[in-house]
Amino acid sequence: MVEFALPKNSKITGGKTWPKPAGATETREFRVYRWNPDDGKNPSVDTYYVDVNDCGPMVLDGLIWIKNHIDPSLTFRRSCREGVCGSCAMNIDGQNTLACTRSMHDVKDGAVKINPLPHQPVVKDLVPDLTNFYAQYASVEPWLKTTSPTPQKEWRQSHEDREKLDGLYECILCACCSTSCPSYWWNSDRYLGPAALLQANRWVSDSRDEATGERLDNLEDPFRLYRCHTIMNCAKACPKGLNPAEAIAELKLKMVERQI
Amino acid sequence: MALSIVHRATGIALYVGTLLLAWWLIAAASNSAGAYANVQAFTGSIIGRLIVFGYTWALMHHMLSGIRHFVWDLGFGFKANEREALTWAALIGGIVLTILIWIIAYAIGGVR
Repeated sequence: MVEFALPKNSKITGGKTWPKPAGATETREFRVYRWNPDDGKNPSVDTYYVDVNDCGPMVLDGLIWIKNHIDPSLTFRRSCREGVCGSCAMNIDGQNTLACTRSMHDVKDGAVKINPLPHQPVVKDLVPDLTNFYAQYASVEPWLKTTSPTPQKEWRQSHEDREKLDGLYECILCACCSTSCPSYWWNSDRYLGPAALLQANRWVSDSRDEATGERLDNLEDPFRLYRCHTIMNCAKACPKGLNPAEAIAELKLKMVERQI
Repeated sequence: MALSIVHRATGIALYVGTLLLAWWLIAAASNSAGAYANVQAFTGSIIGRLIVFGYTWALMHHMLSGIRHFVWDLGFGFKANEREALTWAALIGGIVLTILIWIIAYAIGGVR
């Protein structure tokens, strides 16, 4: 349901300002959301100063520098550091994006403000609990489903049919789009959200897949698909430049086309 | 997202504005001259005119914004620049149409 105000135990209070690194000539201020499930306190925003001459250019480099040099308790997910794994998705300066591909110098004046992905339960600091998000991905059954006999070699696909998957298969499931969507914020228990729906369209659009009808049946629901109101935050947020809004519109069109 | 909120807000405003329209039509249909004069007095006042002006804008904006959503529902206009163009067109178009309607209304209706 719609929640406009944060629950009492989620209200951000205070926060520690860590001393500037000794001997640094140029620093950048980072304001980072902190929450520890074990200390019973409300979340806070800590202020750190990163030595930019000792650190890579990306926001993720800054976070790793803080963890190595100032505060080893700072918790965040990261892995590939080049935008292919989707682990370090977070809200940077009010936008959901990947910390590894967003330069800290592209964040305009003032502090680099970092929060976990919006409207998800927090595990610790910048780590959101994406259990529901992954379950929704699983619910679209993201694998090739066929009934005809398996061919001797691979399932063949023409170049043209393969091109229909461009802009869909590149999704890295970072959850930037889904967690930027107001419809998903209010109804994430019943609405699948842009990421899962883009994936659904990826399989519906696959010329080799033989379960298109069942896949569409599964989405024929006032909430699962039709809570998309073309707000377009998803397309704006996607750090891979994909367009979940368009993928959802294609799904809606296919729903109508099969009835004609 | 901002224009999505405006689309909804104008939609809600139209419910209220349509009540005003209904009041005017019912008064016009009724036999009592007093009822119609009451509506005219209200809509002719400064506050009344402001409300009707706001209603005109809400209607025009909601219409153009609705066309924008219609284009998207047909599967067009999803590229970043097309999206922005449609959004600005609805916003600016709504304001321009509102002002045009009022210029025409004053030109043919005169100031009462």
